[in-house]
Amino acid sequence: MATFLIRRLLASLLVVAGVVTLVFLAVRLVPGDPVASILGEQALEIDKDSLRECLGLDAPLTTQYLDLWGNVLNGTLGELCDERGVTVADKLIHAIPSTMELALASLIIALLIAFPLGVASALRPYSWIDNSSAVLALMGISMPNFWLGPMLLILFSITLQALPNPGSGVTGLSALILPAFTLGTALSGKLMRMIRSSLLDVLGQDYIRTAHAKGLPRWKVVWKHALRNAMIPVVTVLGLQFGALLSGAIIVEKVFARPGVGTLLLDAIEARNYVIVQGCVLFVALMYVTVNLLTDLAYGAVDPRIRYDQ
Amino acid sequence: MSRRLKGLAPTGAVVVGLVLLVAIIGPFLAPYAADAIDVSRQLEPPSGDHWLGTDENGADVLTQLILGTRVAVIVGVSTVSVCLFVGVLLGSISGFVGGWVDEVIMRVTEILMAFPGILLAILVIFVTQEPSLLAVIGALSLTGWSGYARLVRGQVLLEREKDYVEAARALGFGPARIITKHVLPNVFGPVIVQATFGVAGAILAEASLSFLGLGPQGQPSWGALLDQGASYFLLTPHLAIFPGVAIMITVLGINFLGDGLRDALDPRSQET
Repeated sequence: MATFLIRRLLASLLVVAGVVTLVFLAVRLVPGDPVASILGEQALEIDKDSLRECLGLDAPLTTQYLDLWGNVLNGTLGELCDERGVTVADKLIHAIPSTMELALASLIIALLIAFPLGVASALRPYSWIDNSSAVLALMGISMPNFWLGPMLLILFSITLQALPNPGSGVTGLSALILPAFTLGTALSGKLMRMIRSSLLDVLGQDYIRTAHAKGLPRWKVVWKHALRNAMIPVVTVLGLQFGALLSGAIIVEKVFARPGVGTLLLDAIEARNYVIVQGCVLFVALMYVTVNLLTDLAYGAVDPRIRYDQ
Repeated sequence: MSRRLKGLAPTGAVVVGLVLLVAIIGPFLAPYAADAIDVSRQLEPPSGDHWLGTDENGADVLTQLILGTRVAVIVGVSTVSVCLFVGVLLGSISGFVGGWVDEVIMRVTEILMAFPGILLAILVIFVTQEPSLLAVIGALSLTGWSGYARLVRGQVLLEREKDYVEAARALGFGPARIITKHVLPNVFGPVIVQATFGVAGAILAEASLSFLGLGPQGQPSWGALLDQGASYFLLTPHLAIFPGVAIMITVLGINFLGDGLRDALDPRSQET
């Protein structure tokens, strides 16, 4: 287990180094002067110089690169130029809870939809419930969340007036339902397919036949023996899909005018705030790498075959 | 999906065919010119003159949707073509050559995969400042090829050990010839299936970028229409409904087709 742990940790560190480097290159190596794009061509030279200095753009590339690493390692992700003393991390700390709340609620909704339908599909393959779940899953995957969101708003907030609309200032659970459902739909489609195929796979194995043969009731075979093993690959998919949730949250936050990391990023794009944009992208990517590492380690812990294979 | 949704693959093929047709002959189908606007008739609901209503500038929504099909198809097909080219090339080199070359290519794909969804594309388009069609395709391809590279590498690793490759080596063929003439034709099934889903993904990604205001500027696009629609959906829901339906039908059609292709070309990866 120790070798597996160290191996995965080193691999993740390599990815982190690559992510930081790639973001650095993407922001620095594009044509055009970011300072001119922020302040406009007509800005005073003295203002341009001071912004350039604040952004660190007057330093050699190697110094800029090391500075970025410094900002990643000290956790600030850089200081803002328009608000001295405030760092990207300060901004993120205010934005993260709202995004996490949304991501978590979407995950719960996705599981609530996918689990029963996925299990039912696997227990009765090629039945009407399996076929309709399959169509439902494909529709969920094909539906853009920036379309589903407004549609749900039209139906539930405006026509039925059952749930608050984004402009009303209502917060709390009732304001979370529609955004979470919007974000969770695509994930529920993918999960449903995964749960079905994983459970079907397990149900065909010898130890399940043995469990049946020794006279266990069907529910016990499914619940106690099959599902536990079937859920292992599903958990991995969940880890991988966490990234999709984070990037989906950018769009859903815009649709529902919710505060969060996505709104912070989009506002920064609008204001051409390089430091925040770079910081947000780094944050999301590093978060994603961390979640995947944790999923992998958890996977290795519950399923010994994984770590011996490596 | 296999036996469950057998009837849906032909439906998918028909939808994809229609979308391609609209993309090609769109300008002849569109009831109005691309730049025709009538400022006295902004945000109108569907009517006899404007079957799907008008947008915030008074342009015909149906015309914008038809012309947007071309953008969606161009982005979808070009992005996947670029990704396929790079992915198949690097993936087969990685799988066939192995060693440190394989190590380097695979680490690079891992780094690219750390950027979920359209995140890296958002960053790239933000810094290029003026998002053009080319910038959007480039930005989406930047991360997109990694999935194909990993898939091709895996398939090549499987094929590499087989007897026919050994035989080709014994006949004195070079690695380039063995890869292109012998190995690649045998791994194309899963790659084509993945590419089909990739087109759907790229169309959704372009629409998402346009919705965020980062899509190709100056081009009618489904996502940009939806962005408008989302701002006015209290006033005129039609503006949000129709572009979304166009995206959904297209993506659903491609996904149906992809499932059908998977059954035909890639029996190994079928669901159990």
